[in-house]
Amino acid sequence: MTLLGPLLMAGIFIVPVIIGMKSHTKHDIMVLDETGSFQGKFKNNVDDNGLIFKAFTGSPEAGKDSVKTGKFSTLLYIAKPTENQPPKPIMFSIKQPDINIKNYVSSIMDKEVEKQKLTEQGITEEQIKAIKSDIAITTIKINENGKEEKSSTELAMILGYVSSLIIYMFIFIYGVQVMKGVIEEKTSRIVEVIISSVKPFELMMGKIFGIALVCLTQVLLWIILTTSIIGVFKTVIPDKYNPTKTEQISNQHKVPVTGTQATSVEATSSNKQIGNDILTGLGNINYVQELLMFVFFFVGGYLLYAALFAAIGAAVDSETDTQQFMLPITAPLIISIVAAQAVMQNPDGPLAVWLSIIPFTSPIIMMVRLPFNVPAGQIALSLALLVVGFLCTTWIAAKVYRTGILMYGKKVNYKELWKWIKYKG
Amino acid sequence: MDIFVAKEVTKRYAAQTALNKVSINVPENSIYGLLGPNGAGKTTLIRIINQIIAPDEGELFIYGEKLQPKHTAMIGYLPEERGLYKKMPVGEQALYLAQLKGVPKQVALKRLKLLFEKFEIQDWWAKNVEELSKGMQQKVQFIVTIIHEPKLLIFDEPFSGFDPINATLIRDEILELRKKGASVIFSTHNMASVEELCDDIALINKSKKILEGSVSDIKQTYRSNSYELSYNGYAENFKSLLPESFTLLEESNVDSLRTAKIKLPFGESPNALLQLVLPHVEVHAFKEMLPSMNDIFIEKVNENRATVSSNLS
Repeated sequence: MTLLGPLLMAGIFIVPVIIGMKSHTKHDIMVLDETGSFQGKFKNNVDDNGLIFKAFTGSPEAGKDSVKTGKFSTLLYIAKPTENQPPKPIMFSIKQPDINIKNYVSSIMDKEVEKQKLTEQGITEEQIKAIKSDIAITTIKINENGKEEKSSTELAMILGYVSSLIIYMFIFIYGVQVMKGVIEEKTSRIVEVIISSVKPFELMMGKIFGIALVCLTQVLLWIILTTSIIGVFKTVIPDKYNPTKTEQISNQHKVPVTGTQATSVEATSSNKQIGNDILTGLGNINYVQELLMFVFFFVGGYLLYAALFAAIGAAVDSETDTQQFMLPITAPLIISIVAAQAVMQNPDGPLAVWLSIIPFTSPIIMMVRLPFNVPAGQIALSLALLVVGFLCTTWIAAKVYRTGILMYGKKVNYKELWKWIKYKG
Repeated sequence: MDIFVAKEVTKRYAAQTALNKVSINVPENSIYGLLGPNGAGKTTLIRIINQIIAPDEGELFIYGEKLQPKHTAMIGYLPEERGLYKKMPVGEQALYLAQLKGVPKQVALKRLKLLFEKFEIQDWWAKNVEELSKGMQQKVQFIVTIIHEPKLLIFDEPFSGFDPINATLIRDEILELRKKGASVIFSTHNMASVEELCDDIALINKSKKILEGSVSDIKQTYRSNSYELSYNGYAENFKSLLPESFTLLEESNVDSLRTAKIKLPFGESPNALLQLVLPHVEVHAFKEMLPSMNDIFIEKVNENRATVSSNLS
């Protein structure tokens, strides 16, 4: 776990870059152009997308036969269109051609047809270039002091999602660990020896805090190891691991490439803009606040859930009996991680606000909202409720724990649990 | 002086009363037997003494002081259901549990070394508990119970799971602990060990204490004025020698000696019986038949059951 976790986390960042680098296999595409106006417009670009275009001379039937016999993989057939109709290209291949080829071909043809139409209207190529624009929005946050900060929505999303994912995972993993620990003590019967020395409440809290420390150590290790693995990767392949470059690669197929050098440079520069935004955004994040909040919601959420997991462990005789009690506890966790997606789209909507205040979902949802600047009042309310929440769950858990830990061979249901909670003394 | 006193302790669970105004007094330097059929409430009482659960009513005192959490260090508890962390080395675990009772590490280490040698398990110090046989685990658990040299020891069925050799080892250790000044509360169903070890007992049935006192006093109380006589001669009709009020319980013939068990009427002296038979037979042995704890246990519990059911009807 200690090593595998950081490797996985680093993998999440690194693998897309590697895929971006290596995904293009060479593709030979024969072009049979009856219109004659697209010949030479398809650029051979082995490095970027692995496509090699070659002109094909002969009848469409002969071309199809060649595809069938495997002489080449793909035939692009552009039949002569009827008057004033756009050309209707057909792609013949044995395998389903991938989306990148389709997108590339249609974007080139779109551009070319557009250009021809414009030229017919008497607009020159220079004029077209002058019209072309590439808009990238710069977002600037103005805080209460009137200070302006360049921000990055993308970065806010990534930061929020990653931190909430970490909280979710660790609550789950270590909550279950608390539960298993309690079950182990109960089934091995050592619990009676121990609670003749310490109070059941002390034993329960000891278990929860002990595992919390293991958990924090683990998170710390993960953060350190993940950043160092990414760091090493960055120095090994400095050119490819660069936000600008990554953006460029992933945007390659979205931004229409016109085929002329000039526009492709423009596209790259606009991508650079987003990359720069992320970099300046990184510099403008309030790390202290972010880290403090992370630790608080992490610890608060863990304590809230760990107490409930401990109560389950005490109530059952073996791990197989935990199912019926696990569901109501894991449901809010799973709901919050699912809702996190929607919250990211609309971080100030009513769903987001409510989920970030309810203690059972707030540790995860608030982390998603935090980079989008949440009003201080809401944060304070959420924090206060989280504290109240974990005091409540701990109080209830202690009651269940105290009775359950000495109860063997009894099939426990919710009614029984309620009775335990009501026992006084 | 009583080292431990429980006054009118009551504990109720939702539907039933587990303990109903039970009082016990454990004298210093003695072994106190806590007896009763299964489900009588013994374990509940033991857990209350260990402060694992709190009583609904009643008070508990140790050395005259009200029982408080700090007193757990003075009490050693061996539960009926034994248990240790299975995947933890024996020595480390014993050390941990000793420290949990407030024994400083170095002191605990020294004591453990001695006890491990005494119980001949020193080779198992670094082994995981799950590698040990059940008997060995029991030994470890026993050591853990006495490691903090408690003033009050509570043993729940201490001999279960031991072979006769180890059971003797444990018994001797318990007696030695008493000699050193500890008091023991001893819960068991094994009546033979009660007669052998206990100074006093309390019998609990259906959440109530139905009998208490020193073992010898109880035996005196429950004697039935019955005698066992071994004799020679007058084989034909021993019964005819006895008056109507004397009951011949049993007659048997072992080797050349004959044995008769006779119950005398209340207040009749055994001398009267001897005077009756001496002219006719040669007496080899004559002794009073004291009831065993086993008989008393069964009699009292059945009697209690009878009164409870008659009260109900």
